[in-house]
Amino acid sequence: MNSIQQIFQNKKSKVLSIFFTAGFPKLEDTKTIIKELHQAKVDFVEVGLPYSDPLADGPTIQHSSQIALQNGMNLDLVFEQLKEIKDSHNMPLVLMGYLNQLLTYGEDKFCQACVDCGIDTVILPDLPMIEYENHYQKLFESYGISNVFLITPHTSEERIRKIDSYTTAFIYVVASAAITGAKGEISTAQIAYFERIKAMKLQSNLVVGFGISDQSTFQTVCSYAQGAIIGSAFIKQLEKNGVQGVQPFVKSILA
Amino acid sequence: MKSKFQPNEHGYYGQFGGAFIPELLYPNVKELEDNYLDIINSEEFQSAYKSLLKDYVGRPSPLYLAPRLSEKYKAHIYLKREDLNHTGAHKVNNTIGQILIAKKLGKTKIIAETGAGQHGVATATVCALMNLDCTIFMGEIDIKRQAPNVARMKMLGAKVVAATSGSKTLKDATNEAIRYWIQHPETYYLIGSVVGPHPYPDMVARLQAVISEEMKLQLKEQTGSENPDTIIACVGGGSNAAGAFYHYLDDEAVELIAVEAAGLGVNSGQSAATSQLGEVGVIHGSKTILMQNEYGQIVEPYSISAGLDYPGVGPLHAYLHETKRAQFLNATDEEAMLAALELTKLEGIIPALESAHALAVLPKLNLRPDQVVVVNLSGRGDKDLEAYINYLDKD
Repeated sequence: MNSIQQIFQNKKSKVLSIFFTAGFPKLEDTKTIIKELHQAKVDFVEVGLPYSDPLADGPTIQHSSQIALQNGMNLDLVFEQLKEIKDSHNMPLVLMGYLNQLLTYGEDKFCQACVDCGIDTVILPDLPMIEYENHYQKLFESYGISNVFLITPHTSEERIRKIDSYTTAFIYVVASAAITGAKGEISTAQIAYFERIKAMKLQSNLVVGFGISDQSTFQTVCSYAQGAIIGSAFIKQLEKNGVQGVQPFVKSILA
Repeated sequence: MKSKFQPNEHGYYGQFGGAFIPELLYPNVKELEDNYLDIINSEEFQSAYKSLLKDYVGRPSPLYLAPRLSEKYKAHIYLKREDLNHTGAHKVNNTIGQILIAKKLGKTKIIAETGAGQHGVATATVCALMNLDCTIFMGEIDIKRQAPNVARMKMLGAKVVAATSGSKTLKDATNEAIRYWIQHPETYYLIGSVVGPHPYPDMVARLQAVISEEMKLQLKEQTGSENPDTIIACVGGGSNAAGAFYHYLDDEAVELIAVEAAGLGVNSGQSAATSQLGEVGVIHGSKTILMQNEYGQIVEPYSISAGLDYPGVGPLHAYLHETKRAQFLNATDEEAMLAALELTKLEGIIPALESAHALAVLPKLNLRPDQVVVVNLSGRGDKDLEAYINYLDKD
């Protein structure tokens, strides 16, 4: 069973995931941030692979990627850092990056590096379903890696059902038709969208992301999904407070 | 028989192409994919498109036998005068077509990216023509080096948004446009080159194919044969080259030469010669050849020409390069400058810096006296006057 599925087996609701960019704010912070998040009892962590040309990220995450790249972060270093702390925590890690990174690094090399770091789930927002069906499904399965698909308010029911059938970790429910970035509130249109997805009674676990920033928005979306991912709001606090701010931030969400 | 240079049903030219887009953009791209061929092939579209190309753009653009250039290079050198189009470049062929498609799809807001500003001007122009809201994304550096075109866009009623990330040039303007599109899915993204997710590369190539369609008729009239020996065109993303090559792609007797910007030299670290420096990768929604490092981070390109300052090429061009159907050459900033000045002096035509790159390979070719060469003069040089003046002032 996928490590994320195990989380949902033990915890049916309010699963909290935090996203951060590897190598931000400082090159060596990756390991510390993961340890702090583990201690703060975050359920799983999404590690962002900094990318020069991210299409689906908002300004906050894009900025963190630029800083991480300036700090010298690269895929070899990310995998090295994650491998070093592999045995110090039992919290599942998900890698989020763009397909070009995997392509250029080498598909098998990338997958093997994930396995070596104990990672069994990836999010590649620009991986098309047709490419997944034709090539990546087989490749990922051969390494025991699950691919996370995104759905948005504009994704058709037919497509959502297909995504549901492919999902072995969770479906990433993009909260609004927008790039990432904290919004501060959940609109009635978003609630209607969450209710529509909930009513579809999908077999997959649902995790809401994009625009979740505090305890209130976290609690709200958890009424409709099994969990949520917080990214930009966490990056902002990292920028402000550094790694010292990690535990207080998580406590403020879970309090 | 279907051309092997047409994309398959998923938008692939061999291994290149496709639609590598976040789910957020899927409905928009799918809507276009499902409708673009029906719209383009409809009588209603063809009639409106041809009428606007003739009466508004001023087509057909002349095919001009350049006598002094021909004399100098000892061959029959023709210039396809896309510089004489309304708005000063080939870009308007595409924007006229896409604005009709956008209107047919019921879109009222248009966004676009631009490097040299030619596509931005062409987009702002057709938006004014059709009374549609227009936002143009342009790199901060390009805004400075292409000031006349920025002024034109604003005068035409467009909002110009500066892209301040990365190299602050075309690549980053494209990123910003895509990110805006994600947040405003009701808009129509009018892509300016044969790049981006399927169906854009095919759609833009079809709209630019008017160039080679006319070339055939004009060559037949002027030389007795519709085929030249050689066609030369510059390539940034590659739309003018795609248009100039389009109707000759399957005719292997016609030599196709694509010219990229070498900047300060292919191996100088300041270049945009993608076919020489690039590897297979994904950029702006399609799989193609792009300049990147060992970790897939996109390398900032450089060229004196804002329109060629792009780290990738369209997937059709990647395929033409891989299959060797087209020969990919390059020209440095200096070579392009000299070629531009040469054309100006010999023929009284000031070319765009982009087109100057195509002209710059003439001295590198071993031309025969009977060889018929067409250089696609993709745009005029008014917008580059400052760069030309700066160069001349150095001497």
